[in-house]
Amino acid sequence: MKCQQCDKPATFHITELTGGKPTELHLCEEHARKYLTSSASETTAVAGMTAAIAQQMAVGQTAEELSQLDQQSCPVCGISFFEFRSQGRLGCPHDYVTFHAQLEPLILNIHGESEHVGKRPKHSAAGSEHRTQLIRLRREMKEAIDDENYERASQLRDEIQSIEAREI
Amino acid sequence: MEFNDLTRTSGEWLRGAGPESDIVISSRIRLARNLADFPFISRTTPQDRTRLEKVLHDRIVGVLLPENELLYIDLTQLPKLDLQLLVERHLISREHAEAQGARAVAIDQGERFSVMVNEEDHLRIQVMQSGLDLTGVWERINRIDDLIEEDVTYAFHDRLGYLTACPTNVGTGMRVSVMLHLPALVITRQIDKVFRSLQKISLAVRGLYGEGSQAMGDFYQISNQITLGCTEAELIRKVSDIVPVIIDYERQAREFLIKESHESLHDRVSRAYGILRTAQTISSEETMHLLSSVRMGVNLGLIRDLAVPAINEMFLATQPAHMQKITGADLDSADRNIERARYLRRFLNKELGSGGAADKN
Repeated sequence: MKCQQCDKPATFHITELTGGKPTELHLCEEHARKYLTSSASETTAVAGMTAAIAQQMAVGQTAEELSQLDQQSCPVCGISFFEFRSQGRLGCPHDYVTFHAQLEPLILNIHGESEHVGKRPKHSAAGSEHRTQLIRLRREMKEAIDDENYERASQLRDEIQSIEAREI
Repeated sequence: MEFNDLTRTSGEWLRGAGPESDIVISSRIRLARNLADFPFISRTTPQDRTRLEKVLHDRIVGVLLPENELLYIDLTQLPKLDLQLLVERHLISREHAEAQGARAVAIDQGERFSVMVNEEDHLRIQVMQSGLDLTGVWERINRIDDLIEEDVTYAFHDRLGYLTACPTNVGTGMRVSVMLHLPALVITRQIDKVFRSLQKISLAVRGLYGEGSQAMGDFYQISNQITLGCTEAELIRKVSDIVPVIIDYERQAREFLIKESHESLHDRVSRAYGILRTAQTISSEETMHLLSSVRMGVNLGLIRDLAVPAINEMFLATQPAHMQKITGADLDSADRNIERARYLRRFLNKELGSGGAADKN
């Protein structure tokens, strides 16, 4: 078994009994020490999240499937599933679409529900997903500039400006 | 409004007024929001964070309040001591104080709201009020949320609701919390039982300074664990339905102590009061612990010459950063303990109007 936070083998298996039900952590020596000595505030939030993800992943997934999954990345912000799984934080709003199949059971596990019934913003939700594409366009523009592909960069800039100019 | 105005009062949440304020310190709601066209914070570049901060600055200053009635603080420019002061006043989180890159907080004059910019989410809006009044707090935060949203597009998913950096906040992005002072449940060792039953109905219990912090001074925060699948009103009801039950337990425990061990309770309270008035050096933890007993003593009428707002003022003023700010000196912890004792003697003897008879040292 691999450590939940890196690629080393997990040699420490910790069962946390806080927060109602036990959660299991599988860590290498270095991360186990870090986990056990770091302040409680960080561990409860981040390790709690990564443990919840690990628990979810353990259900019916072979190591091969898992490593394939880890390499998937979000076309908008570029975060890989492995990065999300180790940090417990998503990279952009579009991750909820990209990693939908993995997040769905996780969210259900955390909240016991999968549908929002509360307040909605005044602007349309469709407009939100549209504007999220600006993250990808800006990232691609920066990459184009880094590659000195100025033609591509100027196309992207026009595209960005046309979305930004639209009434929100 | 200036930064140094902050130390002159104890802020809204420690005002010591409002419904049930003998046991309920404060009501608080926070909303997590993100803009649709930026990555979540962990994935932003320094330039992204700078732009985000600019965009959000313009949605806050002059929109929520006129510029002169608002304190908008660039946290990158703030000395460490001032950051800690904001944490002690619950105006920013510890994580926000310790983070890197462009980030800010906006605070109104009465400290009734604070808006954190570039925390774990782009926006963390919080509204607080002394005593128990979650509905009033919700009305105010809902309005602030609407005002900010008028000219930006929030990250929102048709089925999942407001999208947040951590899936634990998705949906409403809302955390409703009530801070309670529960000394009698601690003394009678019933507090764990109360917490276990709260966890069963998916409510979280935290100490004074949030996640992972110890319950200093017998203060406990009770909040909703889940954020998805309930309306805001339902989440508020979940917390506000349980609070009267806990208040009732605490009152029963206090009555039990008065009836069954009046002398030892009175003794505990009087000794605490005596130490606070005469100590020559005292740590922040001991101060919290003793003030907790004194606070209960005042509520039970065992101490009659002190009021709850004065105790709340001491709770805040004796925190490490406040102590240094008040004395105007960079103190190590040994000197802080001496200054803290001096402050408490002076404060309590002034409060009692005894004409400075006790503070000759």
